Amino acid sequence: MTGAASLAIDVKGLNKSFGDKHVVQDFSIQVAGGRICGFLGPNGSGKTTTLRMLCGLLTPDSGTGTCLGFDILAQSEQIKRQTGYMTQRFSLYEDLTIAENLEFTARVYGLDRRAGRVDQALERLGLTNRRDQLAGDLSGGWKQRLALASATLHDPQLLLLDEPTAGVDPKARRDFWDEIHDLAGRGLTVLVSTHYMDEAERCHEIAYISYGKLIARGTVEDVVAGAHLVTFHGEGPDVGKLVHELAGRPGVETVAPFGAAVHVSGTDRKALEAAIAPWRKPPFKWTEVEPTLEDVFIKLMGQAQDNYA
Amino acid sequence: MSGFSASRVAAVMIKEFKQLARDRLTFAIMLLIPVLQLTLFGYAINFQPRQLPTAVLVQEDSRFARSIVAALRNSAYFQLTAQVRTPAELDTLVRRGEAQFAITIPGDFTRRVVRGDHAQILIEVDASDPSATGGAVAALASLPQQALAHDLKGALGPRAMAAPPFEVVLHNRFNPESITAYNIVPGLLGVILSMTMVMMTSLSVTREIEHGTMESLLATPVQPIEVMAGKLAPYVLVGLIQTAIILILARLLFDVPMQGGWTGLSLGVGLFIVGSLALGFLISTVARSQLQAMQMSVFYMLPSILLSGFAFPFAGMPAWARALGEMIPVTHFLRLVRGAMLKGQELGDQWRELAALAAFVCVVTALAMARYRRTLD
Repeated sequence: MTGAASLAIDVKGLNKSFGDKHVVQDFSIQVAGGRICGFLGPNGSGKTTTLRMLCGLLTPDSGTGTCLGFDILAQSEQIKRQTGYMTQRFSLYEDLTIAENLEFTARVYGLDRRAGRVDQALERLGLTNRRDQLAGDLSGGWKQRLALASATLHDPQLLLLDEPTAGVDPKARRDFWDEIHDLAGRGLTVLVSTHYMDEAERCHEIAYISYGKLIARGTVEDVVAGAHLVTFHGEGPDVGKLVHELAGRPGVETVAPFGAAVHVSGTDRKALEAAIAPWRKPPFKWTEVEPTLEDVFIKLMGQAQDNYA
Repeated sequence: MSGFSASRVAAVMIKEFKQLARDRLTFAIMLLIPVLQLTLFGYAINFQPRQLPTAVLVQEDSRFARSIVAALRNSAYFQLTAQVRTPAELDTLVRRGEAQFAITIPGDFTRRVVRGDHAQILIEVDASDPSATGGAVAALASLPQQALAHDLKGALGPRAMAAPPFEVVLHNRFNPESITAYNIVPGLLGVILSMTMVMMTSLSVTREIEHGTMESLLATPVQPIEVMAGKLAPYVLVGLIQTAIILILARLLFDVPMQGGWTGLSLGVGLFIVGSLALGFLISTVARSQLQAMQMSVFYMLPSILLSGFAFPFAGMPAWARALGEMIPVTHFLRLVRGAMLKGQELGDQWRELAALAAFVCVVTALAMARYRRTLD
């Protein structure tokens, strides 16, 4: 493959409005093949809309680009054939059995060796014994795994996952992510939107979107470093009460309880140190720590809101 | 806390009102149904149909014959739509349902009236729909006394005084005993098929949208026409089974005659089922929820029952209502089914109804394809 073709996704200047709401604004992104790219951002920031535009479910108002080397405007049929899309809400047929759902997917994509593929997928899922159970009777975690199996049944090259683990327990989430890494290891490119920081940290790279705009982009380390954030970790009796007192002081950009401690962050070290100075004495104990991704996101969210207002 | 609480009733009531007001289409349909249906059907439906299509075969050119034709023309019940030259033409018009009355004035009519020798005119009635022709048949009783009153003067005066100068021979065709079930039961085939077929597919796309499965379906390479064909096919089979059940019961329980026309009937059943399903699919692409789809189906069913000639005589409706009725596939299907079962119509008589049904299938399919969204935009 040539350099340009090895980009699984390469779009420029995507725009989409619904009515007078400009949901996605001048969105450009490049994702190399075989990478797992996390889409992060608050609710309503345009993550779902962007994913839908990439797989041809929505037509961008303007913008150009390619997915898997196909034009996103003119060749959405080819893109659909090689893309697996897992919707935010469970969207398989609840009144069909697990096996019937997979058979339907296999037929719609015109796959060969249907029975073999379905058996294989059931085997991988560990649902062979329950193949004749209705999909609607599965628990949330199993539904997500079934949906993933269905979205990857046709061996796509690109996988778009829209908040795939919302409402799923931690164990099931871990299994789900192990599977995603397996798939990426086989060369699949994955775009996954999520709200969970631990999931963001399992991505090769992340893109932070807010109000339809790409705000930060890169590996987790890049994004954390790029925020130039200084964070202090404070401990002490009733430290939780400090949250309200610290909030709004000059230099404090984010403050949040962190278990039995509190995290205060800001970009201006001097101002931040001045802000916590009144409490920088026993019984309180302050240590400077590496900002977490969450600290960075809360800061980015606040920033974007300010820009928007 | 238990017992009856007016404020809790109010809470539920206010919520219901707000939800009702928010669903604009439902609200509009609830207001439109009384206004539209009342004016539409109030004016369209007529239990005493007048101006029934009548064909005349006059085998002698005489003053008496002209007087009888004039008398018929003056009667509100008959509308002379055709004047033919041969009995065969007359027969065709009646068999095709283009004339509900066929009147023959025989060649020796004047001679027999003058001689007082059992003069007769023959009136054949299409009795397949007894309720349509009843009033007109009753009006025929006074025809012999009045039609020639002006002509029978002078030397022929006594002819007018005595017994009626001629006799009307009524010949009920297709349903000689005027059994209503013979007309209603074949009609029910159309109404039942239409009701079930339209309703079933009208839910098909809206159900997928409501359950969220449409999003997955649209992300696959499946094409609109493939979705439509795949969704319709199972119901075509259901429709054929329904047809078989209705026809068998019509025979066993109601002894409805089955004269023939099976080729045309089979074609018609196929077209009608596909057309109704396609219409349901079209509704399904327009409606935003399953509830709306159901309401639209019901909205469609009312004219299908009232304006199609199923419940009320088609010929009795004013021209605008007949024009509306012609656009409803049930109208054409009813003619086809009744024509085949009661009259034994052959393809030559049936092609127009078949063409109308085929046109309906094409138009509705084209509209459904134009409406079907390939994206979520």
